[in-house]
Formats: sequence, structure tokens, C-alpha cells
Amino acid sequence: MPASAPAPTDSGHPLAPIPYAVRSTATETPDTTTLVIEPRGTRRISLSRPGQFAMLYAFGVGESPIGISRETPEGRLVHTIRRVGPVTKALTALTPGDTLGVRGPYGRGWPFKEARGQDIVIVAGGLGLPPLRPVIYEIFAHREAYGRVEIIFGARTPKDLVYYDEVQSWRRRTDIRIQVTVDAAGRDWYGDVGVVTTRLPDARFDPTRTTAFLCGPEIMMRLVSEAIQARGVDPHAIWISMERNMKCAIGLCGHCQFGPVFLCRDGPVFPFADLAPLLRVREV
Amino acid sequence: MVELGVGGRGILPRREFPRLLEAITASGYEIVGPTVREGAIVYDRLRGVDDLPIGWTDRQEGGQYRLERRGDEALFGYTVGPYTWKKFLFPARERLFTARREGDSFVVIPEPTDGPKLALFGMRACELAGLDITDTVFQGGPTPDPGYRARRGRILRVAVQCGQAGGTCFCVSMGTGPGVRGGADLVVTEILSPGEHRFRLDIGSEEGARVVRGLASVLAPVPPEDDARVEAIVARTAASMGRTMESRGLRDLLRETLDHPRWQHVANRCLSCTNCTMVCPTCFCSTHEEVPDLNAETVERWRRWDSCFNLGFSELHGVSVRKSGLSRYRQWLTHKLGTWHDQFGSSGCVGCGRCITWCPVAIDLTEEVAALRQPATPSAPPGGNR
Amino acid sequence: MTNEEHARIVERIREHPFFRGFDEEFVESACADAVERRFWAEEVLFREGSPSKNLFVILEGKVGLEVGSSDRPELTVQTVGPGEVIGWSWLVPPHRWRFDARALKPTLTIALDAENLRHTLSRRPEWGYQFMIRFLPVLAERLENTRIQLLDLHAR
Repeated sequence: MPASAPAPTDSGHPLAPIPYAVRSTATETPDTTTLVIEPRGTRRISLSRPGQFAMLYAFGVGESPIGISRETPEGRLVHTIRRVGPVTKALTALTPGDTLGVRGPYGRGWPFKEARGQDIVIVAGGLGLPPLRPVIYEIFAHREAYGRVEIIFGARTPKDLVYYDEVQSWRRRTDIRIQVTVDAAGRDWYGDVGVVTTRLPDARFDPTRTTAFLCGPEIMMRLVSEAIQARGVDPHAIWISMERNMKCAIGLCGHCQFGPVFLCRDGPVFPFADLAPLLRVREV
Repeated sequence: MVELGVGGRGILPRREFPRLLEAITASGYEIVGPTVREGAIVYDRLRGVDDLPIGWTDRQEGGQYRLERRGDEALFGYTVGPYTWKKFLFPARERLFTARREGDSFVVIPEPTDGPKLALFGMRACELAGLDITDTVFQGGPTPDPGYRARRGRILRVAVQCGQAGGTCFCVSMGTGPGVRGGADLVVTEILSPGEHRFRLDIGSEEGARVVRGLASVLAPVPPEDDARVEAIVARTAASMGRTMESRGLRDLLRETLDHPRWQHVANRCLSCTNCTMVCPTCFCSTHEEVPDLNAETVERWRRWDSCFNLGFSELHGVSVRKSGLSRYRQWLTHKLGTWHDQFGSSGCVGCGRCITWCPVAIDLTEEVAALRQPATPSAPPGGNR
Repeated sequence: MTNEEHARIVERIREHPFFRGFDEEFVESACADAVERRFWAEEVLFREGSPSKNLFVILEGKVGLEVGSSDRPELTVQTVGPGEVIGWSWLVPPHRWRFDARALKPTLTIALDAENLRHTLSRRPEWGYQFMIRFLPVLAERLENTRIQLLDLHAR
């Protein structure tokens, strides 16, 4: 189990953002944009573990917690952001050369190194894929260290699938299995249709030696976790990434509580076994 | 001659009591403490003994608070009011930093954390326990709060042992009072009866000793009968608590009763007004505000108190997770009495009773807990109907 | 149909997950009048409202189940593939399909004859019961998936 994340970069105040510049942007889906950003000066944040998140700051508007989809060797960060509120609207409206603030990284990431030697099941729903992308590349980089690898990626409709070309390139690999499904589609979609749980029976893994990584809507993670557990996987080996309102990301503001845990400090990645009882309670 | 080191004690006559405040001021502290304002006893700047609520007491019940004259000239003849000491360490509004555009980037100008040394004069045992809890919240984690830490390092804790219990007090149930058991720099106990008015002063720390070292000439040794009086005062207060709450097993109880029908019962009464969280000495939730100037060149980041009773508190992607009043009250109570143990190793409740007194509809957490301990029956709502 | 063809169909039905472990005599009866049917990609298996004359057992390929109305394009709500069966409209009156089915890629099915199947099932109630026990999970799963879609997994 990963240890608590270390205290973030010292910058006078733990909540002070570090200036970053937008290097490039890409439209993923009608409501999501990917930003590639790099430090403006010498100060930068440094990932200790893929799967962590950062607080992105739109100057004069506010902050939003965003998963880190990739850290390049040059220290660039890749974030995929959905436009929902004022902050994410401002962030996705940035163009190359614009400035934003970054602080973090926060949270403990995915325990994928501990999963070496195991079969891996990765289930991503919609914008759950970006935080899981580092895990997928870690597995690609050390493919021989893992057993069978099953990836299931679902979204509401085909146009809501992020990283589409990249996912297509993964599908050409013969050393993993990947299923892509959507909840509903038009005539231009020849892939699977059905919620992600419908693709699970096709996934092949040895339940006695499997680790699962899930990221997506809470209800999806619960149903998929229950289905994987029903196949015989230890619920301690099923990891889910939780989401709640978050202001400070350092365990002080109280917003991201989920029962006994602070998502920012204790998560956002948790074993399903730890949260399962609360996931069935309404409005936690 | 009185020994004025840590653990030392002395008797201070009423007429010499101003000397204590003078000594505190002379040691470089501004004094904040109880004073009467707008019909309540609040914590504010004290210029001298006369600013204390001399001869006043408070009558408290669920949803009720009233000041009344006492028949005597007691300095500390009341319990706790709507304010807590929290505001001096964790201000209701606080600027965290300023960010200014500079070229195509920005710079962050940190907020100075200097400020006056404050003597918190008249802290009750439950409030010292509350301070311990906020210390853990703000300083006990991997990332301490710089502002809290700075202010916390500048306070003097002058405690008062309660001579009476309020109508909504239950510190005995929570194990936090009424006797002071450490955590204070100085402890005052008021000994008052017709014809006599004096104080026992206990020194709890090196800083406390430093502050009162000039009082040697006015402090008398403590006679055994005064020690007995002090013990009796604390015992009498302990025996007259307005409320009781079984605090054993609360963490498990609250984990196992999330579906109890009592939650709907209390939700039907709760107004989500946030009063309980504002008056609570340990509630620490806050939100951030971005305050730009007119041309958006300079932006201030402010932090202000927030409450889990606010609908927007749990907003996620534009929709609140806790839409119902039920879920918001349940979050507050299960956190305060239950999951606080998981997060910080103690209860979040000190038994001060403020949330009961200042609830406009007199919701009483001791009553809610008692009802949650009863298995629900389909015919009668648990805990009876109001 | 030659005996050889019939024997091949019986064997494939027997191996199909839906029928695996069923009474051999039942499978033999159920396959009376069964035919192998291939569909090209884009080819429609049946349309909503048309008579439901077959139970389609999928051996290869993928079939999209579509709903729609005259004011919008059709919407695929589920895809079914090898190991699965399509539809229950053939089982209950008025024996008309409730949705469109279209092959999304070249698809191989065995089309069991509905009238024969209904007759077989009502002739031997223990077969009918066994069959319903197998069929109920197909319905339940489809209902559950619809519920999950109602919760709108990706709404947040």
C-alpha cells in the first residue's frame, strides 16, 4: 500500500501556485481539452508517483483538481480537462503561450509497481482514462513484468471517447486485450455498445492473481468492482479513484471527506475493500 | 513565600486581580477574553478587569441564551457564549496570499504571518480541549497551516475552572472538563461566597511562570481549606451538567446507523442554517475565494469559514453530492462524533453545548445520539416525536 | 436440409454457452427446422414490428440492437456477440420484434424456428422450465444494463 504523499513543494505558502506556460492544446471531445504545460521559471512540481493530481489555477478565476495524464522527461505535464464550471472553462480556453498556475502533486498514485507479476484489469469510464494513462504506459514499458492485461474503456457515446487515436494504436498491440464500448451509438459506430459492465465477462484474468485499476464515475466503479469481486478477485486488489469537491488538496479545508478519509491526503486512490460499505450509502 | 515555578500555586485576593492582567500586558500580550456585547458574552479585547462580565450569568437551553444578573460580583460566573477562541487562530476570513501579473507570468506575494501576542484569557477546560483538537487538525498533518502555526506560537492560555455548568454543557460526558488538567499556561479558580472573594492561581508552564513572576508580593500560599474549596467547586460543576451523552462506542454506532430513520426525523427539523458549525470550537472547514482587482492585474486569495450544511460545499462538476438536508446533518454529526476519530485520533466534540444553545430549532446532538442508539421500530419514530 | 447439415447445427447449438448442458433430446427437438444464417455487415436481421419467427443464436460476428423514431436517427443501445442470443419477442405474443437488429460485421447465426421451439417447450414443461431459468438472466441482465444507463454513468 502506498504511503501518504509527501508535503508538496515549498513555495512560501503551501497553497501558492507555480507559474506554468501552455505549450500546446488539443480538443479531445466536444467538452474536453488536453493541455500540455511547462514551467515558466525554474520552479516546477515533480511527480513522485503516476496517478497523482495537481491543482490547476486559472489566474483570477480559481483552482480545480485535475489528474496528471502524463509527465514528459522534460518536465512537461499533460492534463485533460472537462469544461464544467468557471475554472475549467477558463483553463480550457487557454491558448499556447498563456500562463496558468500549478501546485502539487497531491495524493498517492496507483500502486502498479506492487502489481508486478499479476494479471491487470484496467477499466476506465469517460474522463477516467487520463489518470490511468500513466499506468498503461508503465505496463507497456515493462510488459514482461505483468501477466495478462485487459483494458476496458467506456464512454457515453463515440464522440465522448478521449485519446481516440492513441487508444486505436493500443488496439494494434497483441500483448494486451482492449475493449472499447459506448452506452449508445449512431450508425457510424461499429464497435461495442453497452455499459462497461457488459464487457467484463469477456475479460480473461486469473482472479487469484489479479490487480484491477478503475477510474470513472462512482457508480461505474462500484458496479465493476462488484463484478470483478464476484469473479473471485480480492477486493483489496481492486483500486478505485475517488472524486469529491476539493479546495485545498492538503487536508485542511474539509471538503473532500468521504466518511473517514480525506481524498486529497489519503487517496484519491483506494482499495475497493476500504470504501465498499460507504459506496452503497447515498449522498456521502 | 509562594513558589512561582511550573506547578506553583498561590492565592490572589480579588482586589489584587487587576495585577494579573497588568502582568500579562507587561509581558507583551494583548488580552482577549469574555465581555458583554449585544446581549451575549463574547470574546474580545479586554482593557482591564472591568471589561469582564462582572456580576452576569448566562441561562442556556436548547435554542435559548439569555444574560441575567447574578446576586454577586463574580468575574467568571457564566459558561461559554456564541464565540470560540478559534477565531483568533483560524480567522473567519483570512487573506492567504496575493498574486500579481508580471509580464506574461505572475508572482505570488506571501501574506505576512506576524501579529500581536495574544493572551486568551478565561479559556474553559472544554475550550482547551478544543484547542488541542484544532492543533491536531491544522498542525498535525503532513502540511501544517502556516497562519495557524504562527498565531498558535504567540498565544498565552489563561484558563478558568468552571464554577458552574450551563444548561447545555456536557464536558463530563466527553471527558474534557470541567477541571483543567493541563494544556494551560495559567489556571484561575474563582473562590466566592458572601464576605470572601479570591482566586487560586496555578502555574502550568514556563511561560506562565515568566508572566506572573512579578506577582510574588501579592500571592499568598494556598491554605489546605482553599484546595478543598477548589476541589468542591469543580466537583459541584461536574455534578450539575445540563446534558449527558454516552460517548463510548460512538464511532462504531455512527458507522452502523447511516440508514437509521432518525436521520430523516432530524432532517425534518434542521434548517441547514450552519449555526452549529459556526459556534463549534473545532469545526474547521473552509473555502477559498479569488478576489481580483478591477483590471484583474492583482488577485487576492482569501480563505473563509465554510460549513458542510451549505449546499455548495459538496458540489462536484456542478451538482451537489449532498443535496438533502438529511445527508448534510448526517455528515456533520458522523464526522464530529465518529469519523473524527479515524482522521485525528479523538472525538471532534468537547461537550461545550454551543451547537445546542445556538440551534434556532433546538436540535440537540445528545438527544440525536440517544435516539440513534435505539433500534428503529416501524410504528413509532425513534426518540419520540417533538 | 441434409441430415449432415442438421447434425452440424445440433452440435453447434449444444456447444453454445446458452444451451450448454441442456437435455440432449431437447436440443435435438429445438433444432428441428433450424437453419444457419449469415449476414453481411450492415445487413438487417429484422425490423421492429415485423413477425418474430426465429431465435437467433450468435456464433460469430456482432449485432447491434437499435431503437429509433421518425424524428431522429437510430440509436444503438446494445451490441451482442458470440455466445449470446437475440431477443425474446418470438416467445411471447404478439410475436413481433420490439427493436431493430443489424449486423455490425459479418455475422454467423443459427436461426431456430420459433413455432417449433414454442411447441417443444409447451409439450415438455420440465424443458420449458429449464429454458425459462436460462432465459431469465438474459432478460435480467438487459434490464440491469438499462438501469445503469438510466443512472447515466458518465453524467458527472
